[in-house]
Amino acid sequence: MAGKLDLDPRTVARARALAAKAGQPVVDLARSHTTVSVERAVLRLAGVHGADADGIPWVNRLVDAVRADVGLGHGVAVPVFHAATTTGVEDLTVLAQKAAAGSVRFDVPEKKAEIATARRLARRAAGAGLKIVDRRRAERDRLIKRFGDPKQRPWIYLIVATGDIYEDIPQAQAAARAGADIIAVIRSTGQSLLDYVPEGATREGFAGTYATQENFRLMRAALDETSKELGRYIRLTNYASGLCMPEIAALAGMERLDMMLNDSMYGILFRDINPIRTFVDQRFSRQVHARAGIIINTGEDNYLTTADAVEAAHTVTVSQLLNEFFAHEAGLQDWQLGLGHAFEINPDLPDSFRLELAHALLARELFPEAPLKWMPPTKHMTGDVFRGNLLDGFFNLAGALTGQGILLVGMMTEAVVTPWLSDRDIALQNVKYVLNGAGNLHEDFTPGPFIRGRADQVLNEAIDLLERIVDDTLMDAIADGTFGLMKRPADRGKGLDGVARQEEDYYNPVEEML
Amino acid sequence: MIVRPYGDTTGDGMVQLSFTLPIPHDKRAEGAALQLAGKMGMDPAMLVHAKQMGDGFTFFVVYGKVGHLVDTDKVQVVERDFPLLSAKEVNAAIKRRLRRRLNVVGACIGTDAHTVGIDAILNLKGIAGEKGLEYYSELSVTNMGAQVSVPELVETAREKKADAVLVSQVVTQRDAHLHNTRAMSAAFREALPAGKRPLLIVGGPRFDELMTGELGVDRIFSRGTTPREVASYLVHALTENRA
Repeated sequence: MAGKLDLDPRTVARARALAAKAGQPVVDLARSHTTVSVERAVLRLAGVHGADADGIPWVNRLVDAVRADVGLGHGVAVPVFHAATTTGVEDLTVLAQKAAAGSVRFDVPEKKAEIATARRLARRAAGAGLKIVDRRRAERDRLIKRFGDPKQRPWIYLIVATGDIYEDIPQAQAAARAGADIIAVIRSTGQSLLDYVPEGATREGFAGTYATQENFRLMRAALDETSKELGRYIRLTNYASGLCMPEIAALAGMERLDMMLNDSMYGILFRDINPIRTFVDQRFSRQVHARAGIIINTGEDNYLTTADAVEAAHTVTVSQLLNEFFAHEAGLQDWQLGLGHAFEINPDLPDSFRLELAHALLARELFPEAPLKWMPPTKHMTGDVFRGNLLDGFFNLAGALTGQGILLVGMMTEAVVTPWLSDRDIALQNVKYVLNGAGNLHEDFTPGPFIRGRADQVLNEAIDLLERIVDDTLMDAIADGTFGLMKRPADRGKGLDGVARQEEDYYNPVEEML
Repeated sequence: MIVRPYGDTTGDGMVQLSFTLPIPHDKRAEGAALQLAGKMGMDPAMLVHAKQMGDGFTFFVVYGKVGHLVDTDKVQVVERDFPLLSAKEVNAAIKRRLRRRLNVVGACIGTDAHTVGIDAILNLKGIAGEKGLEYYSELSVTNMGAQVSVPELVETAREKKADAVLVSQVVTQRDAHLHNTRAMSAAFREALPAGKRPLLIVGGPRFDELMTGELGVDRIFSRGTTPREVASYLVHALTENRA
């Protein structure tokens, strides 16, 4: 449905070129650094699993031990596999246990032959992990072929969040039976700032459930059963964000999650995670997602919850363009880009719905091949649940009218309670009514000068901002509070101490194979 | 004044109610819903909507009459006990009475990552057309953002010589907002002697404004609070009472 806005292709090309120019220095930065979480992800793919008695994963113990002996800049693969050879401890989890007890010392071999051996072993081990990821991807393709995709677009995305995986499972299955195509398990609020991935099935969480490999596995298995029952492949979503983004991406690939929240700047802006840490982690996690056939969801909707949705509309466009650039650079294809945007304009504003349509259509036409993720109103949901339900109806209509790919179902009790069973049912009823009654209305919808003019204006403002970012550098723009009004300088924020510049001899077997 | 609910006629006592029972929809379920409404004081109760959700749940909407009377004179609320000032008046009062900038430190503590409340009050941008505390030239604002630990908050408050500490709590699962607030006020009591302690203020949509004593804070702001109210309160509490 491209072409309703008559966007000038030269303007669009200019916007993309500017985004590439603004993003390139960040890519260079990401390519020349590594982080503790990238290295831990390598070890997870190489087969290290489990945790010590305190619940600290062996990958953390092993990376910390290597780092204490030789630093992070060489990558952990060579020191670890060299130690495995010299000590004869081939099981890396056992090696991690020994290292934690202080009985193994790590060093970087100097002899060429030793380096070559360590690299070869690292490559073989990490390759086995990637093989699992590949198998899981093929399995997904097979299941989609067998059970089928949802019949309608947008796909219906619902959230469960009880804190207890065993409570989440029946809720997720019920949601799928009621019409959800995608289930997202929201994480416990604290998790993004944990510098390790918790282990095992978890039953305690705050406003969400911990992302763990076992929780991933349990939920995916349950939804496979439901997919079979419903004759429709139910996709599973989680969060590759926060301090453990690369590891969670690896776990998601190995457990066949289908979509992952993975924004290039969200952690920086909203969790105060160090910008360099975020960009390095993000690039690696996106490379893994690309390999795993996972659709990423970006988080532009969040900017509008802090900034004004009309004044800041162009920052969403800029972020989408940057997210697209970073995603392509990491190997993701257009069908994997669930670029985010949201229905957050103050409903008291005259023409607010027309403005929403202009913004939504602009995103649609700028990224015609991407399954855009359309996010419901939150900021102007007040506790007046009746008005909230009406707003959600208009949000659904805008989604249908502008061809959005993924529709996150809005709850009338947003800002009141975590959704009740009945809230979810009412919300799904709302979505179904709109899609059933007006799902194809886009065929009859041709925007007039107001919407076309507004889209044009936002695109031009986005270009102006991108020009300033190119002059200023993206890192400085982030430091100045350009996005979502939050100021995040590159030398501050959480997780900075887990970043290291790559040495000449840096080696990462996973990155080499991606 | 004695009142009762109003549907469409004075004194009719009509209310609406919706809820879910964990049973499939049938005649017995509808009877059960009416029984609940009756026990809640609705008499007569009219079941206007019943819909099964999934296998074992039914959603009900009930309208009905309640006989209860409420006495508005017996309601306890925290009325604003300070004058509402403009930004200009706030700045002038601080300048005149404090002769220095008033230091404010704000944060979301614990695992709460919802900065929307603290940002609405502190950020320049503010809320609903009203600028946040950063806009006030005589206020020096430090916004620590989300997921700040209590020790970090105490340390920053000490370092910035905070006159007031603002804490926002949105997540209420398992009463996290109450636990966190108690932990915060206890930490300040432990770390600083009475005269040196900053004014402790918490805010969030689910706080009861009457709980200040119980939570060990000086003031609680609930839903709908604007930056101007907070600024006016700061002036009232810090420049008048302590002058």
